[in-house]
Amino acid sequence: MTSRTTAPASLFDRWSEAWSKAGQRDAAFETVSSAPVRPLVTPQDVAGTDWERDIGFPGQFPYTRGPYVSMYRGKLWTMRQFSGFGSASDTNARYKYLLEHGQDGLSVAFDLPTLMGYDADHPRSAGEVGRCGVAVSSLRDMEVLFDGIALKDITTSMTINSPAAIIWAMYLVTAQKQGARLDQLGGTTQNDILKEYIAQKEYIFPPQPSMRLVVDTMEFAARHVPRWHAISVSGYHIREAGSTAAQELAFTLADGFAYVEAALARGLQVDEFAPRLSFFFNSHVDFFEEIAKFRAARRIWARRMRDRYGARDARSQTLRFHTQTAGCSLTAQQPLNNIVRTTWEALAGVLGGTQSLHTNSMDETLALPTELAVKVALRTQQLIAYESGVANTIDPLAGSWFVEDLTNRMEAEANAIFARIDELGGVVPALEQGWFQREIGKAAYKYQRELEAGRQVIVGVNKFVEEDDADQKLEVLKITEQTEKDCVAGLAALRRERSEAKVRAALERIRGDAGSSVNLMPAFMQAAESYATLGEMVDVLRGAFGTWREPSVF
Amino acid sequence: MDQPIRVLVAKPGLDGHDRGAKVVAAALRDAGMEVIYGGLHQTPEAIAEMAVQEDVEVVGLSVLSGAHMHQFPRVVELLAAAGAGHVLVTGGGIIPAEDMAELARRGTGRLFGPGATLRELVDYIREEVGRRRTAARSD
Repeated sequence: MTSRTTAPASLFDRWSEAWSKAGQRDAAFETVSSAPVRPLVTPQDVAGTDWERDIGFPGQFPYTRGPYVSMYRGKLWTMRQFSGFGSASDTNARYKYLLEHGQDGLSVAFDLPTLMGYDADHPRSAGEVGRCGVAVSSLRDMEVLFDGIALKDITTSMTINSPAAIIWAMYLVTAQKQGARLDQLGGTTQNDILKEYIAQKEYIFPPQPSMRLVVDTMEFAARHVPRWHAISVSGYHIREAGSTAAQELAFTLADGFAYVEAALARGLQVDEFAPRLSFFFNSHVDFFEEIAKFRAARRIWARRMRDRYGARDARSQTLRFHTQTAGCSLTAQQPLNNIVRTTWEALAGVLGGTQSLHTNSMDETLALPTELAVKVALRTQQLIAYESGVANTIDPLAGSWFVEDLTNRMEAEANAIFARIDELGGVVPALEQGWFQREIGKAAYKYQRELEAGRQVIVGVNKFVEEDDADQKLEVLKITEQTEKDCVAGLAALRRERSEAKVRAALERIRGDAGSSVNLMPAFMQAAESYATLGEMVDVLRGAFGTWREPSVF
Repeated sequence: MDQPIRVLVAKPGLDGHDRGAKVVAAALRDAGMEVIYGGLHQTPEAIAEMAVQEDVEVVGLSVLSGAHMHQFPRVVELLAAAGAGHVLVTGGGIIPAEDMAELARRGTGRLFGPGATLRELVDYIREEVGRRRTAARSD
């Protein structure tokens, strides 16, 4: 510790004494994660911070100030709105609309049947087709989805997990049929199965074979699709499920380390795959807590990658991330307020140094967003980028005693959680025991009780409530039953028109490869090309791998 | 003294967003009810069967995926067909008001949207189950 000089000490003492007599308004003074916030932070609180070692410069280890030298002076973040609904052709029209309005990259939301590996005509898909995203049951749907959009010229992010390898295979074949080479394709598959078991719960197979599929995609990307991010390690869903900010940070990075260790166990070299790992975080309402979380994430990742896994390539040490504003912070009451919440959440992502950003639409607690709501959300990012001035200098909050102290605290709390996960035997054993699920459930319940006790405030929900907010009634997007009928009819036609012999041969190859240790990607691509459906391929894998049910904890 | 209220909390369909279901399950448990957590990815058939086997008075369903018009009426029908038409089917999710009204016409109890409190939910279940018990006794 540095010794305190007499003058500041006496000033501090004077303030402390006056503070102890000053009144405080009636509030909890906690973050949305229930972490207490101190009234004042001084240089003494960050006296242990070594500026060069712990904060440094952008583009330099430990990358606290950002992964790139020039950050937003070089290039603004990518404005990437996640969307998808109804049929592939409905979504294709929305994508063209977004690209015309200045969006830079596409981000595909799939419907629940697709996420769970069911075709649109499966009985379990009834009532769910096209509701939460676009239905993609075969290569034909993928071809329609990107009709008229040159895949070699854009980057595409796909939110798909359990069947990610299969959907990615369909995308790669679609691009090849457009005339693109695999090494020209850029984009991201979310492909983060660990957080499915932990939070989002759209899993199909047990953890071990699921991890094998993930490593197959990492290996295939490293060898053949070098611009592709095979995994987006995601905290977003962990947070939406009710975790605290520190849990989101720690669980996500722990998942990232687990993927690194799985790929090393396969025999890949760390610098062969780690440069293409990317991350995805939530930006919730507590402005400074979020900024500290993002800055701590970069520092923790850099240190662990260099010191434990021996990464030499700077790109292996830098954590690059996508941000989405917090869906769970939005309210159905007085929905126009959601525009404002989303604005500062987005701003926190930008001040935290995000590489890409999705801003939620004001109507997302009511239904999938309308075109107008999506446009306002995209404009929110453009306003921040071009009017607010915050993108003119790099990491403007660095050196704030409060922000640096909070960043240190986030890192310390994450390290304590890593130690706990190690005690439980690692990420997979911990999730098999239901530990993450229980921790998140406890945090979510605690928050809800604090909200109902008035310790946490949501405007329009437990303060400034209006019985009648009809003046803010929004039009909502309706997905008709026609979508499901059209998708089912389309699949029936596909099944008639394709070559059954080719489909059967391709599915047999998947069965054989699944039972061996061969990389499954080539077999998935062959099957996609034969127009075998997603459901047919997943059925073969269910036979080979079995299915998963989680321990029932609440 | 009255028997504790037995409730089955479950998520029909493919949606995995279980935050709401788990928070509700914990709140009902803390309110003194016996809670069976039926878990995720259940078919309406499996939910109705569980409700009958577990002899519950209340089934609480959480649907955030937009599939509520399919899932809720199906559970109501299956319960009625199994001779368990007295079971209160309630729940919540992202459900527009006009759909809630339509579902009530098709036999569900009150449904809760975003912003509903645990207090309201607990009070509603106690009141509604109390009413149904009294009605059953006077039959």
